Amino acid sequence: MAQKTYAGKTVDVNEEGYFTDPSQWTREIAVEIAKEEGILLTDQHFAIMDFLRNRFNSGDNLSIRSINHSGVIDVKTFYQLFPGAPLKKATRIAGIPKPASCV
Amino acid sequence: MTTEEKHPIKKVNIICAKGTIEDVYATLVMGNGAVMEGMETNIFFTFFGLDAIVKKRMDKLHTAVVGNPSLRLPGGLRMPTLLGVIPGMESFTSWMMKGEMEKLDIPPVSEFLDLITAGGGKIYACKLGMDMFKFKKEDLSEHVNDILTVGEFYELAGGEGSQIIFT
Repeated sequence: MAQKTYAGKTVDVNEEGYFTDPSQWTREIAVEIAKEEGILLTDQHFAIMDFLRNRFNSGDNLSIRSINHSGVIDVKTFYQLFPGAPLKKATRIAGIPKPASCV
Repeated sequence: MTTEEKHPIKKVNIICAKGTIEDVYATLVMGNGAVMEGMETNIFFTFFGLDAIVKKRMDKLHTAVVGNPSLRLPGGLRMPTLLGVIPGMESFTSWMMKGEMEKLDIPPVSEFLDLITAGGGKIYACKLGMDMFKFKKEDLSEHVNDILTVGEFYELAGGEGSQIIFT
């Protein structure tokens, strides 16, 4: 396990940079992680990250399909907000573990 | 392993030539997975695989209940081939399989194509297969980018870090 410092706070992360303790996450931290990914966070980013964090906290599976049913944004917008590998990037920035999901 | 030795897959080209639930879903899951990883993704449907992109057929795929030794009854016993010939057995089995997939958040074929193309994945139909089954462009899902010959598909599949997968 490693530690990283974001926005003046030291947090626990795994070797891929995902949070091991989601309660250490703050919005200020998210802004800094997003910078590493070259993403400037907007309200839309935060809205979908809230959705992902809530879903994670209630123990639900995180899938790309669940984004379409989120009522926040559709999958196309999700790919635009987090270009490349959106589910992996969004969960890392949202301070939750990498989803173990194939869909 | 050092970073220099890594050769990540950058592009995935999948060929689907069969139209059963399991064949089509193998293609769609692998294809969608590649899109989710940020890889350039091309999916080429040919022969019976075309059913997956024909509007009227895509959400009505079946699995074989005769001559399918992997098929098991609930509880784990092998499904006897003779049971498979009972009218309605194929529809019932296919309906059950789709129900199990829904529980795992695996979408119906039409919705899966929505997800793949929303992420930038490209869907292609085989020209020869289209001619053979007498399909027209209007029969296909609006997500189909183009109808290609084999040569055009290979051309499109080229590039460093590109892989062709036949499901």
